[in-house]
Amino acid sequence: MADGSSLVEIRGLRFAYSGRTIFDGIDIDIRRGGVTAIMGPSGTGKTTLLRLIGGQEQPASGSVRVDGMEVSRLSRRQLYELRKRMGMLFQSGALLTDLSVFDNVAFPLREHTRLPEEMIRDLVLIKLQAVGLRGARDLMPAALSGGMARRVALARAIALDPMVIMYDEPFSGQDPISMGVLVKLIREINDALGMTTIIVSHDVHETAAIADYLYLLSEGRVVEHGTPDELQRAGSRWTRQFLNGLPDGPVPFHYPAPEFGVELLEPGSSR
Amino acid sequence: MIALTLQRMGRWALERLERLGRSNLFLLHVVPGLPGLLARPGLVVQQTFAIGVLSLPIVVVAGLFVGMVLALQLYNTMVDFGAEQSLGPVVALSLVRELGPVVTALLFAGRAGSALAAEIGLMKATEQLSSMEMMAVDPLRRIVAPRLAGGIISLPLLSAIFSAVGISGGFLVATGLLGVDSNAYWSQMRANVDLFDDLANGVIKSVVFGVVVTWIAVFEGYDAAPTSEGVARATTRTVVNSSLAVLGLDFILTALMFGDDT
Ligand SMILES: Nc1ncnc2c1ncn2[C@@H]1O[C@H](COP(=O)(O)OP(=O)(O)OP(=O)(O)O)[C@@H](O)[C@H]1O
Ligand SMILES: [Mg+2]
Repeated sequence: MADGSSLVEIRGLRFAYSGRTIFDGIDIDIRRGGVTAIMGPSGTGKTTLLRLIGGQEQPASGSVRVDGMEVSRLSRRQLYELRKRMGMLFQSGALLTDLSVFDNVAFPLREHTRLPEEMIRDLVLIKLQAVGLRGARDLMPAALSGGMARRVALARAIALDPMVIMYDEPFSGQDPISMGVLVKLIREINDALGMTTIIVSHDVHETAAIADYLYLLSEGRVVEHGTPDELQRAGSRWTRQFLNGLPDGPVPFHYPAPEFGVELLEPGSSR
Repeated sequence: MIALTLQRMGRWALERLERLGRSNLFLLHVVPGLPGLLARPGLVVQQTFAIGVLSLPIVVVAGLFVGMVLALQLYNTMVDFGAEQSLGPVVALSLVRELGPVVTALLFAGRAGSALAAEIGLMKATEQLSSMEMMAVDPLRRIVAPRLAGGIISLPLLSAIFSAVGISGGFLVATGLLGVDSNAYWSQMRANVDLFDDLANGVIKSVVFGVVVTWIAVFEGYDAAPTSEGVARATTRTVVNSSLAVLGLDFILTALMFGDDT
Protein backbone atom coordinates (compact mmCIF):
# COMPACT_ATOMS: atom_id res chain seq x y z
CA MET A 1 0.00 0.00 0.00
CA ALA A 2 2.95 2.31 0.47
CA ASP A 3 2.68 3.39 -3.10
CA GLY A 4 3.41 7.04 -2.55
CA SER A 5 -0.22 8.03 -2.77
CA SER A 6 -0.64 7.99 1.01
CA LEU A 7 -0.92 11.36 2.61
CA VAL A 8 -0.48 9.98 6.10
CA GLU A 9 1.76 7.00 6.68
CA ILE A 10 1.99 5.41 10.09
CA ARG A 11 4.54 2.67 10.67
CA GLY A 12 5.14 0.59 13.77
CA LEU A 13 3.63 3.25 15.99
CA ARG A 14 3.92 2.69 19.72
CA PHE A 15 2.52 5.06 22.29
CA ALA A 16 1.76 4.94 26.00
CA TYR A 17 0.14 7.30 28.50
CA SER A 18 2.13 7.09 31.73
CA GLY A 19 2.88 3.40 31.37
CA ARG A 20 -0.47 2.36 29.92
CA THR A 21 0.09 1.14 26.39
CA ILE A 22 -2.34 2.68 23.93
CA PHE A 23 -0.73 1.66 20.63
CA ASP A 24 1.43 -1.38 20.32
CA GLY A 25 2.82 -1.20 16.83
CA ILE A 26 0.22 -0.10 14.29
CA ASP A 27 0.50 0.58 10.57
CA ILE A 28 -2.02 2.84 8.88
CA ASP A 29 -2.12 4.48 5.48
CA ILE A 30 -4.45 7.34 4.72
CA ARG A 31 -4.86 7.69 0.99
CA ARG A 32 -4.83 11.03 -0.71
CA GLY A 33 -8.22 12.22 -1.80
CA GLY A 34 -10.09 9.47 0.01
CA VAL A 35 -12.22 9.20 3.10
CA THR A 36 -10.62 6.88 5.60
CA ALA A 37 -12.41 5.90 8.76
CA ILE A 38 -10.77 4.79 11.96
CA MET A 39 -13.16 2.85 14.12
CA GLY A 40 -12.91 1.03 17.36
CA PRO A 41 -14.40 0.67 20.81
CA SER A 42 -14.42 3.65 23.15
CA GLY A 43 -11.07 4.20 24.80
CA THR A 44 -8.92 2.43 22.20
CA GLY A 45 -7.09 5.63 21.42
CA LYS A 46 -8.79 7.04 18.34
CA THR A 47 -8.56 10.59 19.60
CA THR A 48 -4.99 9.92 20.64
CA LEU A 49 -4.20 8.78 17.10
CA LEU A 50 -5.44 12.09 15.69
CA ARG A 51 -3.34 13.96 18.25
CA LEU A 52 -0.30 11.99 17.13
CA ILE A 53 -0.98 12.85 13.50
CA GLY A 54 -1.37 16.51 14.45
CA GLY A 55 1.90 16.47 16.39
CA GLN A 56 0.32 17.18 19.77
CA GLU A 57 1.70 13.92 21.18
CA GLN A 58 5.01 12.26 20.45
CA PRO A 59 5.22 8.57 19.56
CA ALA A 60 7.33 6.37 21.83
CA SER A 61 8.63 4.68 18.72
CA GLY A 62 7.65 4.20 15.12
CA SER A 63 6.93 6.90 12.61
CA VAL A 64 4.07 9.19 11.66
CA ARG A 65 4.58 10.86 8.32
CA VAL A 66 2.25 13.48 6.90
CA ASP A 67 2.80 14.52 3.32
CA GLY A 68 6.23 12.93 3.47
CA MET A 69 7.32 14.72 6.65
CA GLU A 70 8.09 12.96 9.89
CA VAL A 71 5.83 14.84 12.29
CA SER A 72 7.85 14.26 15.44
CA ARG A 73 11.05 15.61 13.83
CA LEU A 74 9.61 18.89 12.58
CA SER A 75 10.72 22.13 14.15
CA ARG A 76 7.98 24.15 15.80
CA ARG A 77 7.79 26.46 12.83
CA GLN A 78 7.52 23.60 10.36
CA LEU A 79 4.92 21.90 12.51
CA TYR A 80 2.82 25.05 12.58
CA GLU A 81 3.17 25.39 8.81
CA LEU A 82 1.94 21.82 8.47
CA ARG A 83 -0.97 22.43 10.80
CA LYS A 84 -2.16 25.33 8.68
CA ARG A 85 -2.85 22.70 6.07
CA MET A 86 -4.69 20.44 8.51
CA GLY A 87 -8.18 20.92 9.81
CA MET A 88 -9.35 19.21 12.93
CA LEU A 89 -12.78 18.87 14.38
CA PHE A 90 -12.51 18.19 18.10
CA GLN A 91 -14.78 15.71 19.81
CA SER A 92 -16.07 18.50 22.07
CA GLY A 93 -16.15 21.14 19.33
CA ALA A 94 -13.69 23.24 21.35
CA LEU A 95 -15.08 26.57 20.13
CA LEU A 96 -13.51 29.68 21.61
CA THR A 97 -16.12 30.66 24.16
CA ASP A 98 -15.40 34.39 24.17
CA LEU A 99 -16.01 34.73 20.43
CA SER A 100 -19.31 34.58 18.55
CA VAL A 101 -20.05 31.85 16.02
CA PHE A 102 -19.05 34.19 13.22
CA ASP A 103 -15.77 35.18 14.88
CA ASN A 104 -14.97 31.56 15.65
CA VAL A 105 -15.17 30.62 11.99
CA ALA A 106 -13.31 33.78 11.05
CA PHE A 107 -10.58 33.10 13.62
CA PRO A 108 -8.20 31.01 11.47
CA LEU A 109 -8.72 33.36 8.53
CA ARG A 110 -7.88 36.41 10.61
CA GLU A 111 -4.87 34.74 12.20
CA HIS A 112 -3.34 33.38 9.04
CA THR A 113 -4.41 35.59 6.16
CA ARG A 114 -4.49 39.29 5.42
CA LEU A 115 -7.78 39.16 3.61
CA PRO A 116 -9.95 42.26 3.75
CA GLU A 117 -12.83 42.07 6.17
CA GLU A 118 -15.51 41.89 3.43
CA MET A 119 -13.88 38.85 1.95
CA ILE A 120 -13.61 37.18 5.34
CA ARG A 121 -17.30 37.88 5.82
CA ASP A 122 -18.18 36.18 2.56
CA LEU A 123 -15.98 33.18 3.26
CA VAL A 124 -17.39 32.73 6.75
CA LEU A 125 -20.96 32.96 5.51
CA ILE A 126 -20.25 30.36 2.82
CA LYS A 127 -18.87 27.93 5.39
CA LEU A 128 -21.73 28.59 7.81
CA GLN A 129 -24.27 28.17 5.02
CA ALA A 130 -22.72 24.79 4.24
CA VAL A 131 -23.34 23.55 7.78
CA GLY A 132 -26.78 25.14 7.92
CA LEU A 133 -25.98 27.69 10.61
CA ARG A 134 -25.73 30.97 8.73
CA GLY A 135 -28.63 32.24 10.82
CA ALA A 136 -26.79 31.46 14.05
CA ARG A 137 -23.78 33.62 13.27
CA ASP A 138 -24.34 36.11 16.06
CA LEU A 139 -24.89 33.54 18.80
CA MET A 140 -22.24 32.87 21.40
CA PRO A 141 -21.02 29.27 21.75
CA ALA A 142 -22.74 28.93 25.13
CA ALA A 143 -26.08 29.39 23.35
CA LEU A 144 -25.52 26.47 20.96
CA SER A 145 -26.56 22.88 21.43
CA GLY A 146 -23.84 20.23 21.36
CA GLY A 147 -24.69 19.21 17.82
CA MET A 148 -24.76 22.82 16.60
CA ALA A 149 -21.40 23.52 18.25
CA ARG A 150 -19.94 20.55 16.42
CA ARG A 151 -21.20 21.91 13.11
CA VAL A 152 -19.74 25.36 13.79
CA ALA A 153 -16.45 23.65 14.61
CA LEU A 154 -16.71 21.87 11.28
CA ALA A 155 -17.17 25.18 9.49
CA ARG A 156 -14.12 26.51 11.33
CA ALA A 157 -12.04 23.43 10.49
CA ILE A 158 -12.63 23.91 6.77
CA ALA A 159 -12.23 27.69 6.85
CA LEU A 160 -8.70 27.57 5.42
CA ASP A 161 -9.51 24.81 2.91
CA PRO A 162 -6.94 22.41 4.38
CA MET A 163 -5.40 19.49 2.50
CA VAL A 164 -6.46 17.03 5.17
CA ILE A 165 -9.28 17.22 7.62
CA MET A 166 -9.67 15.08 10.71
CA TYR A 167 -13.09 14.58 12.24
CA ASP A 168 -13.31 13.28 15.79
CA GLU A 169 -16.81 11.85 16.23
CA PRO A 170 -18.58 14.24 13.86
CA PHE A 171 -21.89 12.44 14.14
CA SER A 172 -22.49 12.15 17.86
CA GLY A 173 -25.22 14.44 19.09
CA GLN A 174 -26.76 15.01 15.65
CA ASP A 175 -30.43 14.42 14.98
CA PRO A 176 -31.32 12.20 12.00
CA ILE A 177 -31.77 15.17 9.65
CA SER A 178 -28.54 16.98 10.40
CA MET A 179 -26.83 13.61 10.52
CA GLY A 180 -27.90 12.87 6.96
CA VAL A 181 -26.84 16.33 5.81
CA LEU A 182 -23.53 16.04 7.60
CA VAL A 183 -22.71 12.66 6.12
CA LYS A 184 -23.33 14.02 2.66
CA LEU A 185 -21.48 17.22 3.45
CA ILE A 186 -18.32 15.46 4.61
CA ARG A 187 -18.25 13.45 1.42
CA GLU A 188 -18.94 16.52 -0.72
CA ILE A 189 -16.29 18.65 0.96
CA ASN A 190 -13.80 15.88 0.43
CA ASP A 191 -14.60 15.41 -3.25
CA ALA A 192 -15.26 19.01 -4.24
CA LEU A 193 -12.17 20.46 -2.63
CA GLY A 194 -9.91 17.49 -3.32
CA MET A 195 -9.19 17.02 0.36
CA THR A 196 -8.21 13.96 2.28
CA THR A 197 -10.50 13.01 5.10
CA ILE A 198 -9.94 11.03 8.26
CA ILE A 199 -13.02 10.21 10.29
CA VAL A 200 -12.90 8.79 13.77
CA SER A 201 -16.23 7.43 14.75
CA HIS A 202 -18.20 4.59 16.16
CA ASP A 203 -21.34 5.35 14.23
CA VAL A 204 -20.86 2.29 12.09
CA HIS A 205 -23.55 2.79 9.46
CA GLU A 206 -23.01 6.46 8.73
CA THR A 207 -19.28 6.01 8.60
CA ALA A 208 -19.36 2.91 6.46
CA ALA A 209 -21.68 4.76 4.08
CA ILE A 210 -19.13 7.44 3.19
CA ALA A 211 -15.77 5.84 3.93
CA ASP A 212 -13.63 4.44 1.14
CA TYR A 213 -11.51 2.52 3.55
CA LEU A 214 -11.90 1.39 7.14
CA TYR A 215 -9.44 0.60 9.90
CA LEU A 216 -10.64 -1.18 12.99
CA LEU A 217 -8.55 -0.65 16.10
CA SER A 218 -8.68 -2.58 19.31
CA GLU A 219 -6.31 -3.03 22.23
CA GLY A 220 -3.49 -1.17 20.63
CA ARG A 221 -3.55 -2.94 17.30
CA VAL A 222 -5.16 -2.71 13.90
CA VAL A 223 -7.58 -5.61 13.99
CA GLU A 224 -8.77 -5.36 10.44
CA HIS A 225 -8.75 -3.04 7.49
CA GLY A 226 -10.34 -2.93 4.09
CA THR A 227 -13.17 -1.35 2.18
CA PRO A 228 -16.55 -1.43 3.92
CA ASP A 229 -17.74 -4.18 1.57
CA GLU A 230 -14.74 -6.37 2.18
CA LEU A 231 -15.10 -6.09 5.90
CA GLN A 232 -18.80 -6.88 5.89
CA ARG A 233 -18.25 -9.93 3.73
CA ALA A 234 -15.01 -11.38 4.89
CA GLY A 235 -14.50 -9.89 8.36
CA SER A 236 -13.68 -11.96 11.39
CA ARG A 237 -16.02 -12.68 14.25
CA TRP A 238 -14.61 -9.59 16.01
CA THR A 239 -15.29 -7.37 13.00
CA ARG A 240 -18.82 -8.59 12.56
CA GLN A 241 -19.55 -8.11 16.24
CA PHE A 242 -18.29 -4.55 16.08
CA LEU A 243 -19.91 -3.62 12.79
CA ASN A 244 -23.24 -5.07 13.81
CA GLY A 245 -23.16 -3.81 17.38
CA LEU A 246 -23.62 -7.13 19.13
CA PRO A 247 -23.04 -7.16 22.89
CA ASP A 248 -21.47 -10.60 23.05
CA GLY A 249 -18.32 -11.63 21.32
CA PRO A 250 -14.60 -11.07 21.51
CA VAL A 251 -14.83 -7.28 21.98
CA PRO A 252 -14.84 -6.47 25.68
CA PHE A 253 -17.30 -3.82 26.89
CA HIS A 254 -15.41 -3.33 30.17
CA TYR A 255 -12.27 -1.38 30.91
CA PRO A 256 -9.69 -3.95 32.09
CA ALA A 257 -10.49 -4.92 35.71
CA PRO A 258 -10.21 -7.88 38.02
CA GLU A 259 -13.08 -10.35 38.01
CA PHE A 260 -16.16 -8.58 39.34
CA GLY A 261 -17.11 -11.47 41.65
CA VAL A 262 -13.64 -11.52 43.17
CA GLU A 263 -13.66 -7.80 43.75
CA LEU A 264 -17.07 -7.81 45.42
CA LEU A 265 -16.00 -10.55 47.81
CA GLU A 266 -12.61 -9.01 48.55
CA PRO A 267 -12.56 -8.21 52.27
CA GLY A 268 -11.28 -4.99 53.74
CA SER A 269 -10.98 -2.94 50.57
CA SER A 270 -12.70 0.38 50.91
CA ARG A 271 -12.95 1.34 47.26
CA MET B 1 8.25 7.06 60.86
CA ILE B 2 10.98 9.66 60.73
CA ALA B 3 12.16 8.28 57.43
CA LEU B 4 8.65 8.59 56.07
CA THR B 5 8.31 12.18 57.24
CA LEU B 6 11.65 13.07 55.72
CA GLN B 7 10.61 11.38 52.50
CA ARG B 8 7.40 13.41 52.40
CA MET B 9 9.24 16.64 53.07
CA GLY B 10 11.74 15.79 50.39
CA ARG B 11 9.03 15.07 47.85
CA TRP B 12 7.20 18.25 48.79
CA ALA B 13 10.35 20.30 48.32
CA LEU B 14 11.17 18.61 45.04
CA GLU B 15 7.68 19.25 43.72
CA ARG B 16 7.95 22.94 44.64
CA LEU B 17 11.31 23.22 42.93
CA GLU B 18 10.01 21.47 39.86
CA ARG B 19 7.05 23.85 39.63
CA LEU B 20 9.36 26.80 40.04
CA GLY B 21 11.51 25.47 37.23
CA ARG B 22 8.51 24.90 35.02
CA SER B 23 7.17 28.38 35.64
CA ASN B 24 10.53 29.81 34.63
CA LEU B 25 10.58 27.79 31.43
CA PHE B 26 7.03 28.90 30.79
CA LEU B 27 8.02 32.56 31.10
CA LEU B 28 10.96 31.91 28.82
CA HIS B 29 8.54 30.68 26.18
CA VAL B 30 6.11 33.56 26.60
CA VAL B 31 8.57 36.45 26.58
CA PRO B 32 9.67 36.01 22.93
CA GLY B 33 6.00 36.47 22.04
CA LEU B 34 5.81 39.91 23.66
CA PRO B 35 7.50 41.95 20.88
CA GLY B 36 5.10 40.40 18.39
CA LEU B 37 2.28 42.11 20.25
CA LEU B 38 3.45 45.46 18.91
CA ALA B 39 2.04 44.38 15.59
CA ARG B 40 -1.32 43.69 17.22
CA PRO B 41 -1.82 46.38 19.85
CA GLY B 42 -5.54 45.68 19.84
CA LEU B 43 -5.03 42.44 21.75
CA VAL B 44 -3.08 44.19 24.51
CA VAL B 45 -5.48 47.11 24.75
CA GLN B 46 -8.37 44.70 25.06
CA GLN B 47 -6.67 42.76 27.86
CA THR B 48 -5.45 45.85 29.68
CA PHE B 49 -8.98 47.13 29.57
CA ALA B 50 -10.49 43.84 30.75
CA ILE B 51 -7.95 43.32 33.54
CA GLY B 52 -7.72 46.95 34.61
CA VAL B 53 -11.39 47.73 34.56
CA LEU B 54 -12.12 44.50 36.39
CA SER B 55 -10.07 45.70 39.35
CA LEU B 56 -10.89 49.41 39.20
CA PRO B 57 -13.92 49.55 41.53
CA ILE B 58 -12.30 47.53 44.29
CA VAL B 59 -9.07 49.53 44.00
CA VAL B 60 -10.87 52.89 44.19
CA VAL B 61 -13.00 51.90 47.18
CA ALA B 62 -10.09 50.32 49.02
CA GLY B 63 -7.85 53.32 48.28
CA LEU B 64 -10.42 55.72 49.68
CA PHE B 65 -10.81 53.83 52.95
CA VAL B 66 -7.12 53.13 53.41
CA GLY B 67 -6.36 56.84 52.90
CA MET B 68 -9.02 57.90 55.39
CA VAL B 69 -7.94 55.41 58.04
CA LEU B 70 -4.34 56.38 57.54
CA ALA B 71 -5.12 60.05 58.16
CA LEU B 72 -7.02 59.21 61.34
CA GLN B 73 -4.34 56.93 62.74
CA LEU B 74 -1.41 59.14 61.88
CA TYR B 75 -3.11 62.28 63.15
CA ASN B 76 -3.58 60.74 66.60
CA THR B 77 0.12 60.10 66.91
CA MET B 78 1.35 63.23 65.21
CA VAL B 79 -0.78 65.61 67.21
CA ASP B 80 1.12 64.54 70.32
CA PHE B 81 4.29 65.83 68.75
CA GLY B 82 2.61 68.93 67.37
CA ALA B 83 3.38 67.70 63.90
CA GLU B 84 -0.18 67.48 62.59
CA GLN B 85 0.52 70.01 59.84
CA SER B 86 2.81 67.39 58.26
CA LEU B 87 -0.04 64.94 57.91
CA GLY B 88 -0.14 65.45 54.14
CA PRO B 89 3.37 64.28 53.28
CA VAL B 90 3.23 61.38 55.74
CA VAL B 91 -0.01 60.07 54.29
CA ALA B 92 1.31 60.56 50.78
CA LEU B 93 4.62 58.87 51.47
CA SER B 94 3.01 55.86 53.14
CA LEU B 95 0.71 55.44 50.19
CA VAL B 96 3.11 56.09 47.36
CA ARG B 97 6.06 54.16 48.71
CA GLU B 98 4.35 51.29 50.45
CA LEU B 99 0.63 50.84 50.75
CA GLY B 100 -0.29 51.81 47.21
CA PRO B 101 1.82 49.20 45.43
CA VAL B 102 1.36 46.46 48.05
CA VAL B 103 -2.34 46.71 48.77
CA THR B 104 -3.16 47.19 45.10
CA ALA B 105 -1.10 44.13 44.20
CA LEU B 106 -2.89 42.05 46.83
CA LEU B 107 -6.30 43.20 45.60
CA PHE B 108 -5.18 42.65 42.02
CA ALA B 109 -4.12 39.10 42.83
CA GLY B 110 -7.50 38.37 44.36
CA ARG B 111 -9.57 40.01 41.68
CA ALA B 112 -7.75 39.89 38.35
CA GLY B 113 -5.17 37.18 39.03
CA SER B 114 -7.73 34.60 40.03
CA ALA B 115 -9.91 35.51 37.04
CA LEU B 116 -6.96 35.14 34.66
CA ALA B 117 -6.00 31.76 36.07
CA ALA B 118 -9.58 30.51 35.90
CA GLU B 119 -10.06 31.79 32.37
CA ILE B 120 -6.92 30.16 30.99
CA GLY B 121 -7.47 26.99 33.01
CA LEU B 122 -10.99 26.64 31.65
CA MET B 123 -9.78 27.24 28.11
CA LYS B 124 -7.40 24.37 28.64
CA ALA B 125 -10.01 22.11 30.21
CA THR B 126 -12.41 22.69 27.32
CA GLU B 127 -9.71 21.97 24.71
CA GLN B 128 -9.77 25.53 23.41
CA LEU B 129 -6.00 25.79 23.76
CA SER B 130 -5.54 22.44 22.02
CA SER B 131 -7.79 23.46 19.18
CA MET B 132 -5.83 26.68 18.78
CA GLU B 133 -2.61 24.72 18.53
CA MET B 134 -4.18 22.58 15.84
CA MET B 135 -5.16 25.75 13.99
CA ALA B 136 -1.46 26.64 14.05
CA VAL B 137 -2.07 29.49 16.47
CA ASP B 138 0.29 29.43 19.44
CA PRO B 139 -1.76 29.96 22.62
CA LEU B 140 1.33 31.26 24.38
CA ARG B 141 1.39 34.13 21.92
CA ARG B 142 -2.29 34.61 21.26
CA ILE B 143 -3.71 34.06 24.75
CA VAL B 144 -0.97 34.23 27.36
CA ALA B 145 1.30 37.01 26.07
CA PRO B 146 -1.41 39.70 25.72
CA ARG B 147 -2.69 38.89 29.20
CA LEU B 148 0.78 39.10 30.67
CA ALA B 149 1.32 42.45 28.98
CA GLY B 150 -2.11 43.66 30.07
CA GLY B 151 -1.41 42.76 33.69
CA ILE B 152 2.00 44.39 33.68
CA ILE B 153 0.53 47.60 32.28
CA SER B 154 -2.53 47.58 34.53
CA LEU B 155 -1.02 47.17 37.95
CA PRO B 156 1.17 50.32 37.98
CA LEU B 157 -1.80 52.33 36.70
CA LEU B 158 -4.06 50.87 39.36
CA SER B 159 -1.46 51.55 42.04
CA ALA B 160 -1.28 55.16 40.95
CA ILE B 161 -5.05 55.45 41.12
CA PHE B 162 -5.06 53.79 44.53
CA SER B 163 -2.50 56.26 45.88
CA ALA B 164 -4.26 59.26 44.35
CA VAL B 165 -7.62 58.25 45.75
CA GLY B 166 -6.01 57.45 49.11
CA ILE B 167 -4.37 60.86 49.31
CA SER B 168 -7.72 62.51 48.53
CA GLY B 169 -9.41 60.34 51.16
CA GLY B 170 -6.78 61.41 53.66
CA PHE B 171 -7.38 65.02 52.66
CA LEU B 172 -11.13 64.73 53.26
CA VAL B 173 -10.62 63.31 56.72
CA ALA B 174 -7.77 65.67 57.60
CA THR B 175 -9.53 68.88 56.64
CA GLY B 176 -13.15 67.89 57.20
CA LEU B 177 -12.84 65.89 60.38
CA LEU B 178 -9.56 66.78 62.02
CA GLY B 179 -9.26 70.45 61.19
CA VAL B 180 -5.89 70.32 59.45
CA ASP B 181 -5.27 73.33 57.22
CA SER B 182 -5.96 72.37 53.63
CA ASN B 183 -3.14 74.52 52.24
CA ALA B 184 -0.69 72.93 54.64
CA TYR B 185 -1.81 69.43 53.57
CA TRP B 186 -0.97 70.06 49.93
CA SER B 187 2.01 72.39 50.18
CA GLN B 188 3.80 70.25 52.75
CA MET B 189 3.16 67.25 50.54
CA ARG B 190 4.58 69.00 47.51
CA ALA B 191 7.62 70.11 49.45
CA ASN B 192 8.41 66.73 50.94
CA VAL B 193 7.52 64.11 48.36
CA ASP B 194 10.32 63.69 45.89
CA LEU B 195 9.47 62.77 42.36
CA PHE B 196 12.43 60.53 41.69
CA ASP B 197 13.10 59.07 45.10
CA ASP B 198 9.58 58.43 46.27
CA LEU B 199 7.46 58.09 43.19
CA ALA B 200 10.03 56.02 41.34
CA ASN B 201 10.27 53.84 44.41
CA GLY B 202 6.56 53.09 44.24
CA VAL B 203 6.52 52.68 40.49
CA ILE B 204 9.39 50.18 40.53
CA LYS B 205 7.58 48.15 43.16
CA SER B 206 4.31 48.11 41.30
CA VAL B 207 5.97 47.12 38.03
CA VAL B 208 7.72 44.22 39.76
CA PHE B 209 4.48 43.17 41.45
CA GLY B 210 2.64 43.44 38.14
CA VAL B 211 5.10 41.08 36.47
CA VAL B 212 5.09 38.58 39.33
CA VAL B 213 1.36 38.45 40.01
CA THR B 214 0.38 38.20 36.35
CA TRP B 215 3.11 35.67 35.66
CA ILE B 216 1.90 33.46 38.51
CA ALA B 217 -1.71 33.80 37.36
CA VAL B 218 -1.12 32.88 33.71
CA PHE B 219 1.29 30.10 34.65
CA GLU B 220 -1.12 28.52 37.13
CA GLY B 221 -3.94 28.72 34.60
CA TYR B 222 -1.85 27.26 31.81
CA ASP B 223 -0.44 24.55 34.05
CA ALA B 224 -3.80 23.61 35.60
CA ALA B 225 -5.03 20.04 35.41
CA PRO B 226 -7.73 20.13 32.70
CA THR B 227 -10.62 19.46 35.07
CA SER B 228 -12.91 21.64 37.19
CA GLU B 229 -10.96 20.61 40.27
CA GLY B 230 -7.72 21.52 38.57
CA VAL B 231 -9.04 24.97 37.68
CA ALA B 232 -10.26 25.52 41.24
CA ARG B 233 -6.83 24.62 42.57
CA ALA B 234 -5.13 26.90 40.07
CA THR B 235 -7.16 29.91 41.20
CA THR B 236 -6.48 29.24 44.87
CA ARG B 237 -2.78 28.78 44.22
CA THR B 238 -2.67 31.99 42.22
CA VAL B 239 -4.06 34.05 45.07
CA VAL B 240 -1.99 32.39 47.79
CA ASN B 241 1.31 32.28 45.94
CA SER B 242 1.11 35.74 44.46
CA SER B 243 0.08 37.33 47.76
CA LEU B 244 3.04 35.73 49.50
CA ALA B 245 5.35 36.68 46.66
CA VAL B 246 4.20 40.31 46.83
CA LEU B 247 4.78 40.58 50.57
CA GLY B 248 8.16 38.87 50.38
CA LEU B 249 9.34 40.93 47.44
CA ASP B 250 8.11 44.11 49.09
CA PHE B 251 10.46 43.53 51.97
CA ILE B 252 13.39 42.84 49.67
CA LEU B 253 12.69 45.84 47.44
CA THR B 254 12.18 48.19 50.37
CA ALA B 255 15.42 47.05 51.95
CA LEU B 256 17.29 47.51 48.68
CA MET B 257 15.85 50.93 47.92
CA PHE B 258 16.21 52.38 51.42
CA GLY B 259 19.75 51.08 51.44
CA ASP B 260 20.26 53.17 48.34
CA ASP B 261 18.92 56.36 49.90
CA THR B 262 21.06 56.51 53.01
N1 LIG C 1 -4.09 12.81 28.89
C1 LIG C 1 -4.22 11.50 29.17
N2 LIG C 1 -3.49 10.95 30.17
C2 LIG C 1 -3.58 9.64 30.47
N3 LIG C 1 -4.38 8.77 29.82
C3 LIG C 1 -5.12 9.26 28.81
C4 LIG C 1 -5.09 10.64 28.43
N4 LIG C 1 -5.92 10.82 27.39
C5 LIG C 1 -6.46 9.62 27.14
N5 LIG C 1 -5.99 8.67 27.97
C6 LIG C 1 -6.31 7.23 27.95
O1 LIG C 1 -6.01 6.79 26.66
C7 LIG C 1 -7.02 5.93 26.18
C8 LIG C 1 -7.42 6.36 24.81
O2 LIG C 1 -8.05 7.62 24.88
P1 LIG C 1 -8.75 8.26 23.62
O3 LIG C 1 -9.37 9.55 24.06
O4 LIG C 1 -7.76 8.34 22.52
O5 LIG C 1 -9.88 7.19 23.28
P2 LIG C 1 -10.95 7.21 22.11
O6 LIG C 1 -10.70 6.01 21.30
O7 LIG C 1 -10.96 8.51 21.43
O8 LIG C 1 -12.29 7.00 22.92
P3 LIG C 1 -13.76 7.60 22.61
O9 LIG C 1 -14.31 6.83 21.49
O10 LIG C 1 -14.51 7.35 23.87
O11 LIG C 1 -13.57 9.05 22.32
C9 LIG C 1 -8.14 5.96 27.20
O12 LIG C 1 -8.20 4.69 27.80
C10 LIG C 1 -7.77 7.00 28.19
O13 LIG C 1 -7.97 6.47 29.49
MG1 LIG D 1 -12.19 10.11 21.40
